Order: sequence, then structure tokens, then C-alpha cells
Amino acid sequence: MHKIIKYVVIDIIRNRIVLGYTFFLLLISLSVFSLEDNTAKGLLTLLNLILFIVPLVSVIFSTIYTYNSAEFVELLLSQPLQRKTIWLSLFSGLASSLCTAFLVGAGIPILLYETSLTGIMLVLCGMLLTAIFVSIAMLAAVYTRDKAKGIGVAILLWIYFALVFDGLILFLLFQFSDYPVEKPLMMLSFLNPIDLTRILILLRLDISALMGYTGAVFKMFMGSSVGLILSFVSLCLWTMIPLILSVRKFNRKDL
Amino acid sequence: MKVNLRYLAGCMLLVLLSSWQSNARTLYVGKNHDIHEIKKAILLAQAGDSILVEKGVYKEGNIIVNKRLVLIGLQYPVLDGEGKTEIVTIQSDSCVIKGFKIQHSGYGTLEDPAGLKIMDANYVSILDNIVDDTFFGIYAQYAKHCIIKNNRLTSYGKEEQQIGNGIHCWKSDSLQIIGNTIRGHRDGIYFEFVTNSIIWLNYSEKNIRYGLHFMFSNSDAYIGNVFKNNGAGVAVMFTKDVKMFNNTFEQNWGDAAYGILLKEISDSYIEGNRFIENTSGIYMEGASRVNISKNVFQQNGWAVKIQASCMDVNLNHNNFFGNTFDVGTNGTLVLNNFNSNYWDKYEGYDIDRNRIGDIAYRPISMFSMIVEKIPSVMILFRSIMVTLLDKTEKLLPSITPENLKDDTPLMKPLQL
Repeated sequence: MHKIIKYVVIDIIRNRIVLGYTFFLLLISLSVFSLEDNTAKGLLTLLNLILFIVPLVSVIFSTIYTYNSAEFVELLLSQPLQRKTIWLSLFSGLASSLCTAFLVGAGIPILLYETSLTGIMLVLCGMLLTAIFVSIAMLAAVYTRDKAKGIGVAILLWIYFALVFDGLILFLLFQFSDYPVEKPLMMLSFLNPIDLTRILILLRLDISALMGYTGAVFKMFMGSSVGLILSFVSLCLWTMIPLILSVRKFNRKDL
Repeated sequence: MKVNLRYLAGCMLLVLLSSWQSNARTLYVGKNHDIHEIKKAILLAQAGDSILVEKGVYKEGNIIVNKRLVLIGLQYPVLDGEGKTEIVTIQSDSCVIKGFKIQHSGYGTLEDPAGLKIMDANYVSILDNIVDDTFFGIYAQYAKHCIIKNNRLTSYGKEEQQIGNGIHCWKSDSLQIIGNTIRGHRDGIYFEFVTNSIIWLNYSEKNIRYGLHFMFSNSDAYIGNVFKNNGAGVAVMFTKDVKMFNNTFEQNWGDAAYGILLKEISDSYIEGNRFIENTSGIYMEGASRVNISKNVFQQNGWAVKIQASCMDVNLNHNNFFGNTFDVGTNGTLVLNNFNSNYWDKYEGYDIDRNRIGDIAYRPISMFSMIVEKIPSVMILFRSIMVTLLDKTEKLLPSITPENLKDDTPLMKPLQL
């Protein structure tokens, strides 16, 4: 397994796209922090970028890479190796290289300029988001045979999590504006890792004071250690569940 | 001869003055003097006398000044209430209390014990005192023409109910509150039914409720004060003819905190102030005929929240920098005027180079309108969806009020 992971990582590094991604993140985070004299504000700007770019890059790169390594996977299958091992090593290779890219590109500047719990949380959330969208991408790739269609599905999933989900929440809030919606809203936010990350980080910044009663209810739950642990557990589940599903599909897939 | 006459008159005046002065005595209080207690000195003194108190700790309970006296502390003698009583009560006109350290007053919501209380007295001066750990700091009721200047008030209240106000003025007139520093009280400065007064160059910080609380107090001015990091900022309510010039409202940050909360205010002026890092810079409800100009709004959550109940508010010639929302409102009716401001979010152009933007600026975002209607939508704050919605609304306004716009937005910030 280690050997396969090594091959995948070396292959990804040779690809240079991940290197470019690292450099891009580094450029953005350094310029954000040097432009804003207030690091909390810098963190906020960076949060928006991370929520937008990290899932997008992770999902597209992983889908394309999974399709491109189909031949490599077929080659490995001819060896005495378990399918599960091959698929998991592919995931580990992808996730670890993209996470390293994020850690170097955004993590180090964040920890340098804002060495607080909030900064550490943002880095952790960014890495989890990377892993989540790698596993979602692999799920999309394993279910669709056609490459173009697979990439389309992956992008649609990203659009769903980044945009459509919030649109649906907005719609629901309009429909149920006369009811106390805070608790259902909180549960709904667990259904979208991007929203969950955004809310987790926002509540830790000063700006949460703008969020009024709803913000206060969220803060009471997510600010507590139970809420915090639950949020991170759910982010981990968001990585595990698509991965397990994709492994099961891959085990039975006729290649 | 003429010169001599004038000289003579001068001499006579001097003689007169010195003889008048010699009537007033100066009494010394201290360990090394005959009088050891301030109360005794007050008993012995006659109206017009001065009492000089030397350094030391005086635990005399409630000191009542009921004669026209000048009390001066040398090197800050300590008047200690031992947590039981009010410390100094002034009941006579034209008293001066200067240079004391007044500490540990009693606590009670029925009698409102204070460090220094002016009761029904005029022309009183309270100067250069240090007031520490008192229930109320300086309390004025039915006081006219009094000066409260350069005092330092500190208290350590934890909850609103368990602490009084720093400088509390009630039913008074023509007061001058100058250069005081107030920390840790309930309201830094409290005005109720106080007219024709001035609050000048005070520093009010970390009070539990308001930095300045102002009700039913017409024709007052507050100028050059700093209100920083108070629980709920500054509240000005049910008042007309107030002038607020060159104050700084800073870091009043929290769920229900405001730079200034204006409620039922009319015919007033808010000019040259700085609003920095407040949740809401100005929150206005039922305000009418208020001029807001030459102010700087910087890094606030909402720079100005103006409810639809406001009328004839002129918000002109202000600078807006880095606020999360520039303007918030709760209705589509706009009877106010928002012209000639500098908005850092303005994206228009200026072809004729007259330094005025050629297209109008709409300071209100769609998201802030939705939030005003359904507050829980705030949970989508800073999501990509919301950013997109705001952009489309800017291009094609549909739910934001049509009239709420700046027709002559400035291209460059004003020099303020």
C-alpha cells in the first residue's frame, strides 16, 4: 500500500498542477495578510477564498486524476492486490498530496500570521474540506464510466454544495420565517461541509456579533466543546461515507 | 489729579478686598493640626471658609457639606466610606470639592449612595477628584450651574443591577462635565431631564451598559468625548436639540451594541464624529430633522441603521470605509436624504471629472434588506450564494428601496 501511495504522490508531483496550486494559494494568502493590517480581517477574506477554491480544485483535479489513472489501476489489478487497497491508496495519495499543498500554500501563512485556535481550526477545516471533496470526486468517478460525464457530475456536486444548498436554505427560511428555525437550521448546516466550515470559523471571529439571535444560538452550540467535537466528527464522516460507498462500488465494478 | 484719583480708587478697592478676604478663614485638617476630622472642621467653619485636608485616611462615614465651603485635599487624602454609606453630600450652593480620593461607598438601590452627591445646590464645583469603587460616582440632582471637571471615576461592577452610574445627573440645568474619565460603571454619564448642559472632552470606557445615556435632556451638547468599548455604546433618547460634535465612538461591539442609539430625536446635529469598529455605528429610530455630516464611519458592522420611521434625516458629506454594511433599513419608504458622501464600495465612474460619480450609489445591499426581514438568514452571511445575489441586485435593483441612493457620490474621500 505504501508503495502505491508513493507512486501516486510522485506522479502527482510530476504533474506540476498541484505545485501550481500550492504556489497560487501561497501567493493569495501572503498577499491577503500583507494587505490587511488586521489579521482577523485577513482570515475572513481567506475563509471566503478557501471555501470557494479548495473544494473546486480538489474535486476537479481528483476526478480527472482518477480517470487518467484508470490504466495504472488496471495494471495494479493484475497484481495480487486487494481492490480495496488499491482504491484506498489512490485516495490517500490524492488526499495527502492536496492536503500538503493546502498546508504549505495556506496553512503556513495562516499559522504564521494568526497563531490562534481560530487559525488552527481554519487550517484543519481546509484540510478536511480537501479530503471530503477528494472522496466525493472519487465517488463521482467510480459511478460514471464516461470521463466527460464524470467530470460534469463532480462539478455539479461542487455547485450543489457551494451554491444550490445555500439557495435551498434561503428558500426554506423564506417559507418558514414565522417559525423558530434555529435548531432545524443547525441540523441542516451539518448536511453541507462547506456551510459547516463557514459557520464554524465565522462564529469564532468578531464578526459573529452581526449575526444576531441566530448567530447566538449557533454560537451556544458550536462554541461548546460538544458542538465543536460533533462538527469535526461530522466533517470526518463527510470524508468517510463517500469513500466507503466508492470502495464498495469499486469492489463490484466491472472494469 | 485725575491719575491720583484713579490710584486712590484702586487702593481703596484693594483694602476692601483684603478686608473681605480676612473674614474668610482657612482651616487645616490633619494629624499635625488641631482638627483631625473633616466633619469637625465643617462644624467649626463658617460660610466662605476654606478647609485644607492633609494627606491621610479619613473614615468618617457620610460627610455632609451644608455651608458654602471650599474643601481642598492636599496630595489626595482618602475619604473612605468603608462600603457602608454615601461619602460626600453637598447641600449648599457654591461649594468647591477638590483633590480628594473618595473610595468604597455603600451599596443600595433605594438610597443610591454616591461618592459625591450634589443635592439641590447650585454653582458647585467638583474638581480633580479620584473616585474609586463607589456605587454611584458623582450624583447631581436639582443642581444648576455646576462644574464637574477632571475627575477620575473607576468602579468594578459585574452586573447592571449591582452598580450605579459614573456621573449621574437628574433634573439639572447648565452643568459642565469636562475632562472626566469614567470606567466600569453601569452608564458612564447619565443625563435625565438635564438641560442647557455641556459634556466636553470626557473619556468613558468599559462601562457595563452605556458610555453615555441621555434621556429627556433638551438643548445639550457633547463635544470631543471618547466612548470606547462600552457594553451598549451610547444612547440618546426622547430629546430634541442635541449637538454631538467631534466625538469618537469606538469598539462598542456586541449583539446589542451601538455607536449611538438614537430614539425619538429631533432637530439635532451629529457632526465631525468618528465611528470605528461598532456593530452599528448609528442606529436611528423615530429620528426627525437630524443633520449627520462630516463624520467618518470605519470598520463597522452596519455604518448606519436607519429605520423607516425616520424622517428628514440628512446624511451628507460623510466618509464610509470598510464597513460590512453601509446602510440598513427595514422598509421601502425613504424620507431621508443621503447625498454627497464618500463610499469606499462605490464602483461608478466620473467622466466629466467634477469629482462626483456619474451614476448613483445604492448603499443598501439586498442581503441586508433580507436580513432585516428575516434575521435568521444571517446564517448565510459571507456565503458565495449571498455574494452573487448582492452583485445581481446591484445591477438590477428589485427589493432594495428605489429612493435610497446617493445621487452625487464623491470619488475621493473628504479630508476629515
